[in-house]
Amino acid sequence: MPSRVRHTSLLVAFAAFLIVVATLDAQQPPGGRGRGSTITSPRNAYPDRPPGDPAAIERGKALYSVNCQFCHGADTRGGDSGPSLLRSGLVLDDRSGELMAPVIQNGRTDRGMPKFAFSNDQVADVAAFIHTFRAAGYDESRVKPPSIVVGDAKAGEAFFNAKCASCHSPSGDLRGLATRISDDRLLQQSWLMPGSGGGRGGPSPVTVRPTTVTVTLPSGERVEGKLDRLDDFVVSLITADGTHRSFRTNGDTPKVEVHDPLEPHKKLLPTYSDADIHNVTAFLVTLK
Amino acid sequence: MKADSPSFFSLAAGPHGTPTRLPRWGPRHSRRELSLMPRGTPPQRGCRAGGPGMAAGALCVFACLAAGLAAAPDGGLDPATLLKPLADQWPSYSGDYTGRRYSALTQINQSNVKSVTLAWTSRLAAGAGGGGGGRGGDGGAQTIVGGEGTGDVVVGGATQIKGAVLMVNNVLYVTAPDNVWALDAHDGHELWHYFWKTKGGTHIGNRGVAMWGNYLFFVTPDDYFVSIDARTGKERWHKEAASFAQQYFLTSAPMTIGNHIIVGTGNDLDSPGYLTSYDPETGEQQWRFYTVPMNPGDPGLETWKNLDAARHGGGHPWIPGVYDPETKLYIFGTGNPTPAYHSKPRGEGMDNLFTCAIVAVNVDTGKMEWYYQTSPHDTHDWDSAQTPVLVDGTFRGSGPRKMVLTASRNGYYFTLDRRTGEHLVTSKFSEAVNWAKPQLNAKGQPVREPAKDHHIAGALVSAANGGATNWPPPAYSPDTGLFYVPTQETYAMYYLSETDPRGAMGLGGKDEISVGSAGSYISAIDYNTGKTVWRHKFRSTRGAAPSGLLTTAGKLLFGGDISGNFVAFDPANGNSIWHAHIGQVSNAPETYMVDGRQQVLVAAGDTLYAFTLYQ
Repeated sequence: MPSRVRHTSLLVAFAAFLIVVATLDAQQPPGGRGRGSTITSPRNAYPDRPPGDPAAIERGKALYSVNCQFCHGADTRGGDSGPSLLRSGLVLDDRSGELMAPVIQNGRTDRGMPKFAFSNDQVADVAAFIHTFRAAGYDESRVKPPSIVVGDAKAGEAFFNAKCASCHSPSGDLRGLATRISDDRLLQQSWLMPGSGGGRGGPSPVTVRPTTVTVTLPSGERVEGKLDRLDDFVVSLITADGTHRSFRTNGDTPKVEVHDPLEPHKKLLPTYSDADIHNVTAFLVTLK
Repeated sequence: MKADSPSFFSLAAGPHGTPTRLPRWGPRHSRRELSLMPRGTPPQRGCRAGGPGMAAGALCVFACLAAGLAAAPDGGLDPATLLKPLADQWPSYSGDYTGRRYSALTQINQSNVKSVTLAWTSRLAAGAGGGGGGRGGDGGAQTIVGGEGTGDVVVGGATQIKGAVLMVNNVLYVTAPDNVWALDAHDGHELWHYFWKTKGGTHIGNRGVAMWGNYLFFVTPDDYFVSIDARTGKERWHKEAASFAQQYFLTSAPMTIGNHIIVGTGNDLDSPGYLTSYDPETGEQQWRFYTVPMNPGDPGLETWKNLDAARHGGGHPWIPGVYDPETKLYIFGTGNPTPAYHSKPRGEGMDNLFTCAIVAVNVDTGKMEWYYQTSPHDTHDWDSAQTPVLVDGTFRGSGPRKMVLTASRNGYYFTLDRRTGEHLVTSKFSEAVNWAKPQLNAKGQPVREPAKDHHIAGALVSAANGGATNWPPPAYSPDTGLFYVPTQETYAMYYLSETDPRGAMGLGGKDEISVGSAGSYISAIDYNTGKTVWRHKFRSTRGAAPSGLLTTAGKLLFGGDISGNFVAFDPANGNSIWHAHIGQVSNAPETYMVDGRQQVLVAAGDTLYAFTLYQ
């Protein structure tokens, strides 16, 4: 991750944004599943198979590469004519070839799989090799995102001048932006919604300028400060001298005005096309 | 659709599945006789009570005549109670079969809700140590330990109550993954605690128990279907309900319908979804219904690239459905197709039936009567598993019409005819959702815009993965005619992270990074038009999704906001009337009577809060 941005006038993080989605309870957990006997999160819920005998795995690998790889792929994820073995229910339920044996030895001729004259020991070797592949939705070793910069920098500059230039300047607050945030995807996230770039558990490259709030009491007194908390019933803030103040609210009384530095970014969100986003990123990555 | 042929057997003819009281000779006799039969006797085709010899044949006739009710339980919860409109008890996941979460109780009502006060709290401690319900008072009950695990699997994280709490005969039955508690509804003190030693599995939540007579049923993350005696907490038996090696995990609340206990699966690794119906006495399988085609010739196979794709197509029914006694249809939602994001292996642009659909199966046969797909070829992991809601009423001035309503995670609302599945209304209940083309298709379905799938350079999509709504249940009030839905309008960038379509399994292949929220709401929808009549926007600048909802004949709508407040709203306009800050509400509120006094019960994390009115 790039180091933290020093010029915070542009990129103001608003960590709460991340919280909105992160705390959502969808059925599926985010992220991959590691293994182990300790369940600390839904990510590593399923215990590992015990490691196989290295000699058996070697023998199985040789058999697999000659007989199986063409159809099922070198990584068992399937090929043109054979399905993925990695997610096969039969393979997952198999322990040491006992479920695979009938399929390998008899074939599935109705689906184009020939029979193989393997002994049970040979099937067990092939099974030991196949079971070395990890069945998981997230395989970090395979996640190698190509460059995300696909847009037109000139069009991006035009969009920037039309929509962003009233607050930001390539020669001012954005000078050296792409040097400060060298990861293109993080840069894209950071201009789209400052603070959202960290992704899965990673830090955001920007620091936070806090949201402030002005409360106007019925007496006319105005209290200003950093927003601590706001819901339908209470507003809490911290004034410049560090005092914490809270007010019960009832409808529009007292008057509460929130000053969210990200408001312009939020307002733009529903208006972008994906091409706009990609073009602006292509422009901003030139600000070295 | 398809049943699991070797073990499938029909419950045969007769007025079965309708849990009305039977003549005395029916259920009692056959039950007593049946109990003499050897355990493990395989069921015979055409009769649940099969067994060898003439006597068994005669019994079979009895049982078949008695049909779905062959064994009405002695004591405890009579399945017929489940047919009654929701009032004094809360005997099933949604309280009654309609899923409306509309209680007839009026002791607490709009005119006095401001005087509601706390009756008790009970904080529960999961795990073998137990001791829940006692942290603030007089100690917990002894923990009864079961399970197939070794006991050394540590489940991290705080105890979270994310499901229904049953209330039957002044006893509450509460769950968290691997844990069931019985509490006294008078004061929340613990009567017993059952703990299941797990082998592992995704511990994301548990939606509660089902009850039949004195028996409770629940499911575990390591794929067991467990029955315990409601009076003692002692285990009766447990059955393997899905393959742990295939990474199934079970979270749903079982549903009691007549003499069926229905359980749905969960899985995030390309395994097929299914419902299984079990016998409440023996735990024997009655039928199994797969939500995706499993065999050549199965309906829907033409909507998949090939059979292998269909058999790995997901569609898990991980939230309980609802039941229409008149048509004997169990109506439920199905989850996303898999691989969730890399849709090419499923067949480009193909519908992938019966994922992301509302499906109706006959509760006695497990056969599908109709379906309506709310997200053809989903590419964002937006389940349509949300509990549907059954409503009888006029439709656009004529009727009465029997309908089913659902608000899907994809941001679209639907009204269907529940006898036929005929489409009546589609609307967008989230203004932000942008994943579909502007026009619906001829069937009223939203049409996926492929440009809003995940892409290498990123696509800005609303909603974020959690969807415009999620499992927290909606509610419907016949007093207002409005359907209430917890709603959020979130945005995320969806990046393709795996360019080899063979590489993606389950939920892999993409990175999704949030870019924020335009707000969280309760939406009130008119089922005639699909239009949002009002929506209450929560003022908070941070927070989680709104909780599930409850509405009552006392002209109240209860729910948790996104800031830890438990709130009573006016169901006519969404104005808040009363609230208490208890922490983020983690289930849906419920209500029932205890010795003539109405309680409103809600969970926030590991703690239950019961509110009442002293007058």
